[in-house]
Amino acid sequence: MNVLIDKFDVFAGGFWLTLQLCLLAAIGALLLGALLAVLRISPVPPLRAVGTGYVNVFRNMPLTVVMFFAAFGLPALGSNADFLRIPVIDSLFTRLGTDLPYFRFALIALVLYTAAFVCEALRSGVNAVPAGQAEAARSLGLTFGQNLRYVVLPQSWKASVVPLGSVIIAMIKNSALAGFFGVVGDLSATADQLTGAEGYAFVPVAIGISIGYLIMTVPLGALLDRIEKRQAVAR
Amino acid sequence: MSQQTSVLYDVPGPRQRRITLISSIVATVVLIVGAYFLVYRPLDEKGQFSMELWGPLVDPANENFTLVWERIGLGLKNTLTAAALAIVASLVVGTLLAVLRIQLKSFTGRRFTGLAAPVAYLLRGLSLLLSAITRVCVEVFRGLPVVITIFFVARGFPEFGISFDTLWYLVIGLTIYNSVVIAEILRSGMEGLPGGQREAAAAIGLSPLQATRMILLPQSFRIMLPALISQLVVVLKDTSLGFIISYEETLNIGKQIIGVLGNPIQVYVVIAVLFIVVNYSLSKLAQYVQRRLSQGRKTAGTPAQQPPAAALISQAEGGGAGGAGT
Repeated sequence: MNVLIDKFDVFAGGFWLTLQLCLLAAIGALLLGALLAVLRISPVPPLRAVGTGYVNVFRNMPLTVVMFFAAFGLPALGSNADFLRIPVIDSLFTRLGTDLPYFRFALIALVLYTAAFVCEALRSGVNAVPAGQAEAARSLGLTFGQNLRYVVLPQSWKASVVPLGSVIIAMIKNSALAGFFGVVGDLSATADQLTGAEGYAFVPVAIGISIGYLIMTVPLGALLDRIEKRQAVAR
Repeated sequence: MSQQTSVLYDVPGPRQRRITLISSIVATVVLIVGAYFLVYRPLDEKGQFSMELWGPLVDPANENFTLVWERIGLGLKNTLTAAALAIVASLVVGTLLAVLRIQLKSFTGRRFTGLAAPVAYLLRGLSLLLSAITRVCVEVFRGLPVVITIFFVARGFPEFGISFDTLWYLVIGLTIYNSVVIAEILRSGMEGLPGGQREAAAAIGLSPLQATRMILLPQSFRIMLPALISQLVVVLKDTSLGFIISYEETLNIGKQIIGVLGNPIQVYVVIAVLFIVVNYSLSKLAQYVQRRLSQGRKTAGTPAQQPPAAALISQAEGGGAGGAGT
């Protein structure tokens, strides 16, 4: 059990790095997912097709493949994802500015992959709004944009919260994959490093790593359960 | 879907149709130009479209073609084997776990009258304890990333002197995670059923276990079938995590091919297409089943009850690393 105390800073560092990755990826995925959801419900057919195509491709592909694509495809496109070295933010999230691009690649892969699920969660929320609401708005003469802004989105938001939350939980879990793709020092890479190269006993390390992930996922899951129950009553 | 979205705007008139047409053309042109300059040009400059790199994958005349596809075939076979074993095992374990949890829950409410007081207290304490343990197990394994579970299985088992083929590590890791998820799907399906079902079963003299087995479980399976099929997609995607424990599934084979031929993008495109085709058909199947089920309910004249399937499906789909892995 000593490893938990001796190497506490390693565990804490891993936790912090995983948390950074998750925070950035969540922000990115929510933005991109919202954009995709807008594309998917827009009245312009090619944009709808792009949204649908994107979702179908990324939802049906393993994250592993997306990560490989980010790691091999982006350099082939002539980019080291340097556009993510945003001046102020990279002083807070130091990994964004490092010369090794793997953190940025993992981040991009995670954002691209999760955005498809975010889009579906948002769209399911829009679909959950009774059709009569949008019809009533239309008959009042609201345009597509007004209809969305004043009538549909405020209501769909409620129905989207729980699915969005489960998408974010899934994303936190998926971020574990980054450690096996050259992101040095996140929780899963720490597990590999400590049990493999440094030869610590397996069980304490496993407990430490599990606690690290459970701290992030379990409270979020419990919160979602509560929201879901409250909504079930409200309905 | 199209029916739902069209609610947001009127059937377009001539002016709106013109606007839509123009913006469609503009959007298409912008997309094509963007794809050309941002994706095609850089890739072409690096020679990523040359036959040298694509040849082994698409040209039957290439010397490596048969060998490459033989390897990919082997990888696919391994992926499907692992997925099939994992899904069967997790269905069995998940069902048992769901029944166990429902059963324990009904025990914790019982007072065990008719037994001596100490025995009754012991039984109550035991059922409370067991139900707490199963609850904790479910929460822990649902909260852990499936990659980590697989990794723990592969690193942990040899530590205790148990070693298998890598296939079994992958299957065990996937089973632990997915059986817990499936158990939760089934359990919420059973708890979502109207209370009258269980009461009616009790009234005709079925024991709680019989009621669960004969009345609740079949209905729960039926309601949750779409969610279960989506979970199948998750399992299939998650088998690709086998590469971290060097199990020879499709991605790992892909990596070997890349090591020899040096064409990462091309190989991953092929693998991605394979995955997308299989998983897309599975998701379509799930949608079809869901439609069939909802139609069936309507024609039977029973009130259309809303199972919490929608939320669960999204949860399950995102669940693994494949979902959301999920």
